[in-house]
Amino acid sequence: MQDFFDIDSVLSEEERAVRDSVRQFVDERILPIIGDCYVEGRFPREIIPGLAELGVFGANLPEEYGCAGLNNVAYGLIMQELERGDSGIRSFASVQGALVMYPIFAFGSEEQKKHYLPKMAAGEIIGCFGLTEPDFGSNPSGMITMANEQPDGSWILNGAKMWITNGSQAKIAIVWAKTNGEKSDKSIRGFVVPTDTPGFTAKDQKGKLSLRASDTSELVFQDVRLPKDAILPKSGGIKSPLMCLTQARYGISWGVIGAAMACYEEALAYSTSRVMFGKAIGGFQLQQQRLAVMLTEIVKAQLVSLHLGRLKDAGTFTPQQVSFAKRNNCDIATDIAREARRLLGANGILAEYSAMRHMANLESVYTYEGTHDIHTLILGQTVTGLSAFT
Amino acid sequence: MKIAVCIKRVPDMETRFRIAASGTAVDEAGLKYDLSDFDGYAVETALQLNEKQGPGETVVISLGPDVVQEQLRKALSMGAERAVQLKADRVPTDGLSIARALAAELKDGGYDLIFFGRQAVDSANATVGPMVAEMLGLPCATAVSSLDISSGRGTARRDLEGAAEIVDFALPAVVTIDEGMPRARYPSLKGIMAAKKKPLEVRAAQLGDESLTLEKMELPPERAAGRIVGEGPGAVAELVRLLHTEAKVL
Ligand SMILES: Cc1cc2nc3c(=O)[nH]c(=O)nc-3n(C[C@H](O)[C@H](O)[C@H](O)COP(=O)(O)OP(=O)(O)OC[C@H]3O[C@@H](n4cnc5c(N)ncnc54)[C@H](O)[C@@H]3O)c2cc1C
Ligand SMILES: Cc1cc2nc3c(=O)[nH]c(=O)nc-3n(C[C@H](O)[C@H](O)[C@H](O)COP(=O)(O)OP(=O)(O)OC[C@H]3O[C@@H](n4cnc5c(N)ncnc54)[C@H](O)[C@@H]3O)c2cc1C
Repeated sequence: MQDFFDIDSVLSEEERAVRDSVRQFVDERILPIIGDCYVEGRFPREIIPGLAELGVFGANLPEEYGCAGLNNVAYGLIMQELERGDSGIRSFASVQGALVMYPIFAFGSEEQKKHYLPKMAAGEIIGCFGLTEPDFGSNPSGMITMANEQPDGSWILNGAKMWITNGSQAKIAIVWAKTNGEKSDKSIRGFVVPTDTPGFTAKDQKGKLSLRASDTSELVFQDVRLPKDAILPKSGGIKSPLMCLTQARYGISWGVIGAAMACYEEALAYSTSRVMFGKAIGGFQLQQQRLAVMLTEIVKAQLVSLHLGRLKDAGTFTPQQVSFAKRNNCDIATDIAREARRLLGANGILAEYSAMRHMANLESVYTYEGTHDIHTLILGQTVTGLSAFT
Repeated sequence: MKIAVCIKRVPDMETRFRIAASGTAVDEAGLKYDLSDFDGYAVETALQLNEKQGPGETVVISLGPDVVQEQLRKALSMGAERAVQLKADRVPTDGLSIARALAAELKDGGYDLIFFGRQAVDSANATVGPMVAEMLGLPCATAVSSLDISSGRGTARRDLEGAAEIVDFALPAVVTIDEGMPRARYPSLKGIMAAKKKPLEVRAAQLGDESLTLEKMELPPERAAGRIVGEGPGAVAELVRLLHTEAKVL
């Protein structure tokens, strides 16, 4: 779409080159197939090698672990472009990079990092992130999944996770569990669980009307025995998974802009070609109002995420600022997708166009990684100093 | 092998162009630029040859103002080892000037192969490659759609209208690359980061006098509106008649 505020002028040449390379990949390899994938309810696994070759997995992690070592703005632009394709593709990359590679990088031993990160960057090992449980979504501190240490140092894991992206295709799961019978969220630790370990089962959740080009699964752990070195040694307390979520939410704040851009572009093109009552519908004030609001909100969201990325690179960003960006950008993206769908009239309900697919997808994005409401409460608490969670 | 690839920065050809106020250039506002398509194939062909045949060097060369460094760095991020910008305030219209500057750069470079795109997708002259070959006294295979290199010789296929030619030549040689050759790879993110550290030399382009200048640029005439000659099977006879007598396509 047109760069209305000349934001390109404050991106470096590498940042633009990264974006353009991923953009071309999405245009040529994802857009032609994604409508069908969505209707079939299929994640397009065939694109994993291509994405790995490009280097999108864990792209902001260091080169010594086989990653691209990009800054956070370039990383954000990758998320934007992937989600311009589909939220399911971006979700796949977010989980792999921010929710599986990042915790191994941040909380793992040197052996774990050396063993997993290069293979994950290369797309040879796919991961999933198990935090949410059937009875604990917005409040993960309440989780009941439990890992108990055995006299020989091994662990036995019991419990269940739900809504786990990539769950059924993952080779490893990062599972968050309380430990040694303690109820406090301080006992929460992260474990790297190979999904072929006896007692581990993953089952795809059926009947999704959103994020259909993405696998979402239920995980069950029944006396899963894990070796001593399965634990992420530097993880400790609910703070650890929340740090992962901060990484992923940062990427989401960029990603949803991509979905909004796709909807805006589609709506704009439709508005200038669809003739009704003798003229292009883009010539009617009502449709111009739609397009003007879309454009305004996209540019504002881009500026928020870009500034947040610069803060992240400077090492000064806060999780509350990430909540601000995730909340705002998901909100405007869901609205933009819906308005684009409406502008398209009846065509707007077809999979041949992208607006309704994005509209349905964005409902998941609005809900996962902290619902819109939860981020509202985080901001409310930040400015008032009063908690409204309980 | 040491391979040079001469590449040009061109605007995205999907754009609707406007003529600049000068009347002799397109208005650059809002235009996106990339490597000329055929030049992208040429870079890819060079990279694949060196990947297959063991150690070598791919050097990319572009003539023009500093903005061409963006395309040079794209080629570096695809995997070329080194880049040279032949600096000029603008890309001359005169292919002979361009060829002169490139030949001066290439002459003592010790290249086994010098690649060009079949033509630049914007100006479509297809002259620079052959002129450089002439100046360097090298064999020149143009519009090549497949290429084999072994023991110091090249065999190339040229797809023509309704036929194909297979040509054989000794190295060093100049080859201009057509469709049929592998498409340019996506620059990988690691490649983009690595490109920052690769050498990009800047030298003044030795253009000499221009023997051909651009006087005026025009947009193609607007196409006249279509004509509906009738509807349904009844209109077929009239349509066929018009295709014969007016359009003369039957
Ligand atoms: C497609 C998809 C993929 C997902 N992928 C993953 C994954 O890979 N890994 C993972 O761990 N999880 C994943 N999730 C789970 C996601 O993070 C949760 O759905 C989310 O945290 C919300 O939890 P919940 O669904 O249990 O909703 P609930 O927590 O039950 O919330 C229901 C409603 O109540 C509201 N609410 C909750 N608490 C409060 C409060 N204190 N005050 C006011 N309102 C409140 C919420 O905003 C929401 O509107 C995924 C979800 C989806 C839909
Ligand atoms: C599932 C489904 C079932 C249907 N079933 C039937 C059926 O059984 N029988 C039947 O006859 N039709 C049916 N329709 C067609 C439906 O009535 C039309 O889609 C509707 O009238 C809108 O027309 P359109 O899709 O061509 O949109 P358009 O008229 O092209 O409108 C596109 C956009 O432009 C806006 N717009 C149009 N004119 C103006 C204006 N003057 N000023 C400002 N904005 C304007 C519209 O509000 C819309 O946002 C069905 C549609 C759907 C989706």
